[in-house]
Amino acid sequence: MNAIYETFKTRAEAVSAEVHRFASKTEAVDFITHYLRDAGVADAAQSYALWADCPFLAGIDKQRLEQQVPGLSFDVTREKASSTKVGISQLDWAMANTGSLIQDASAVDCRLVSTMPNIHVALIGTDRLVPDMASVFARIRPEQANYISFITGPSRTADIERVLTIGVHGPEKLIIVFVDALAEVN
Amino acid sequence: MRKEFRDSIGNALHNPNLTGALGRFSEAYRISRAKAYEGIDFEKVRGQISERKGYAAGHLDELAEQFTQNIESRGGKVFRTDDPANVREYILALAQQNGVQCVVKSKSMASEEIHLNPFLEKAGIEVCETDLGEWIIQLAGQTPSHMVMPAIHMTKEEVADVFSEQVEQGQTPDIPKLVKFARGKLRTKFLSAEMGITGANIAVAETGSLVIITNEGNARLVTTLPKIHVAIVGIEKLMEKFDDVVPVLTALPRSATAQLLTSYVSIISGPVSNTDGTPKQLHVILMDNRRTAMSHDPKFKQALQCIRCASCLNVCPVFRLVGGHVFGKVYTGGIGTILTAWFDALKSADEIQSLCIQCGNCTEVCPGKIDIPGLILELRRRLAVEKGQTMAQKAIFSVVNNRRLFHSMLRAGSLAQKPLQRDGFIRHLPFFLSEMTEFRSLPAIAETPFRDKFKQIEQTKQKEKAAFYSGCLIDFAYPEMGEAVVKILNKAGIEVVFPEDQTCCGAPARYSGAYEVAAQNASDNIAALLEEDVTYVVSACPTCTVALKQDFIHTFESLGRKDSLPRAHELSAKAIDFSTLVKKLVDDGRLSFKEGQQLEKITYHDSCHLKRTLKVSEQPRELLTKAGYEIAEMYEADMCCGMGGSYSLKLPEISAPILERKLVNIKSSGATLAVMDCPGCVMQIRGGMDKDGADIKVEHTAQRLADRLK
Repeated sequence: MNAIYETFKTRAEAVSAEVHRFASKTEAVDFITHYLRDAGVADAAQSYALWADCPFLAGIDKQRLEQQVPGLSFDVTREKASSTKVGISQLDWAMANTGSLIQDASAVDCRLVSTMPNIHVALIGTDRLVPDMASVFARIRPEQANYISFITGPSRTADIERVLTIGVHGPEKLIIVFVDALAEVN
Repeated sequence: MRKEFRDSIGNALHNPNLTGALGRFSEAYRISRAKAYEGIDFEKVRGQISERKGYAAGHLDELAEQFTQNIESRGGKVFRTDDPANVREYILALAQQNGVQCVVKSKSMASEEIHLNPFLEKAGIEVCETDLGEWIIQLAGQTPSHMVMPAIHMTKEEVADVFSEQVEQGQTPDIPKLVKFARGKLRTKFLSAEMGITGANIAVAETGSLVIITNEGNARLVTTLPKIHVAIVGIEKLMEKFDDVVPVLTALPRSATAQLLTSYVSIISGPVSNTDGTPKQLHVILMDNRRTAMSHDPKFKQALQCIRCASCLNVCPVFRLVGGHVFGKVYTGGIGTILTAWFDALKSADEIQSLCIQCGNCTEVCPGKIDIPGLILELRRRLAVEKGQTMAQKAIFSVVNNRRLFHSMLRAGSLAQKPLQRDGFIRHLPFFLSEMTEFRSLPAIAETPFRDKFKQIEQTKQKEKAAFYSGCLIDFAYPEMGEAVVKILNKAGIEVVFPEDQTCCGAPARYSGAYEVAAQNASDNIAALLEEDVTYVVSACPTCTVALKQDFIHTFESLGRKDSLPRAHELSAKAIDFSTLVKKLVDDGRLSFKEGQQLEKITYHDSCHLKRTLKVSEQPRELLTKAGYEIAEMYEADMCCGMGGSYSLKLPEISAPILERKLVNIKSSGATLAVMDCPGCVMQIRGGMDKDGADIKVEHTAQRLADRLK
């Protein structure tokens, strides 16, 4: 698992994503709350943080988190998302050889928090790492998921003078958080 | 060629922003593409793509039906039509029924193909492109100049001006700021639009899925925020199995933008919920617009294997000079020429097909394994059949088809040129011919053609014989190359015969689409070259070798002349290019080089037909190295020199700058001698060096090897 994680990390960082790994959910939550505060999340328009419902949240005291981080909310709406700085969601698979994350994004909430904010924090169980595209395609089921998303690094363009510019219509930052302990939840 | 077309080429060539941006890009692309494919077996991947897309092209109806059933079973709606007008009307009616006032679009070439935007705008609906490049082009009132990078021809200053004039005053040419500005402005459009329109990169039949890739994330917003999603899908995007997506997703980003994967891939297999909980309306329009007709054409069916990566544009020596606008409003470059001929009309490709110099660069990188130059030749042939040849062409070809007349005219030319030539060159031609000598000198026609000189060569009788096919250039301009070939083969104990009735290889006629003329040349040559029983038919001109080995057969096949095929195959089996034969003779121990030679530093130019059609590139290098030369590789050694046979006469304004690059690359190699296997390349490059004044000799490989053998 370590080798495949390292491959993922190298590839994801090569496309300007940040990659972190924690053993426990508690450590991951701790990292996220600190990250949100450092990123300037506050209870004000354009500064909110929005966390889409996901398996990671099972057993987490959401109210306490909302109190700890003013501006953080778990109630995803279109209006809120368009005024949000950091979106948080959990992804289903991590494809190592391109540093990509894959998700059944049929629920609109997980798309809103990963497309509209400036920053997307992506949670993923370390056990969901697979080596390549063929392994991903063996695991995803379009018949059962009307909208599947692949995310590889932040939003980018080179449409003006071929100069790579990060952050066009989607997030300008992608923070990937691997959690070893998520294996049990899944 | 219409003046408007010539002018558009002239405008492009004189636009330093365009040629600068495209030139730098094509150089960077070669390197970044190779890096993106590290660890990937490209031949295997493109083998899978061409097989899977080829299968789909043969089963379009069946796959369309399966796709429809699957996506409709989950609540999507499919509208299948042949006619672009129906697509436009379907979308307009849908928009009107749902009170749509604003449409946001992510990049869709299919929508460009049917000119959807002006149609909807005329009906009072606001249409907003959201791909940054497309938005810039839309605001500027232009059309895309490249299929993947639509605004590559514009500078940041121009973009800032367009934004200032069309959107909001005061924008500065700072790229990150311009991008942020676009994000802010377009975000309000995403939020207010009632309809989102996308294309699709793949449509999977067995699962009823659309695969849409972007880097900016605009397709994700287009398919998430508006309540109606319309996907316009050309039916050639259909593929049978979900697993077929893997090779396409492996190649497309790597070939298009040298990425391992684009930032986003969305796979949509049915309607999802809108942000207010209502179900989204999902409409897929399967558009035919002559694609089925194309799939029934045995030659052009393979063009449906295109995945729209635009790598054929990126490696094209002509595209990097003229850019996309010359090609028309929608599809550009080599594949664009073919698609335009079908989706628009054959005659729409009449002028743009002439831009192809037939170098074959695109065939090496095409993930769909499409023979783009071959298909362009086929367009040329069909156009020639449709409109007939011009009087001038007819006159020329009637001469070429009469060997005696053709050769006596060349001999007469040798006398007529006397006042114009000095040390073997013609540097200026008068009147309308002056264009031919503006950027390079031309070789003088030899006083004694090779066919006459050959008779003076004394040879020992040998058991093994080879027929030498000289081709017109060696015969009438460079007989010394032919003499070198004979000398080398004699050393190996092979007697050379020169069948007198050999004539032009037919390449000029074939590459002009005049297949009947080419077929006559083929028949004459086959009769002449197979008359005596020889082991080899050797040529020191790669274009001629390709004619002997492949084109005679293809020409007969195209014309349905089955009777002529056995003899054409017989000749093909004996035909061999100079370097391959000599390498074989060296390997067999029948030729060896003088030892301990340390000769000057040379550079080797790969001729298009030798490298890419005959797949020969190591043999001449190995021979020259064994002969004692040190090879200093030039940059882009296998890039076309701009000769392209009669191309340099038809489009000298494009031929000249291609040659210019070649000369710079040769000079930068530090070599004092440039060697190549093609007399046509020698003619172009030697003529260019003469005009340039650089002290670099240009010679055929045969000339350099002849004196180095033991």
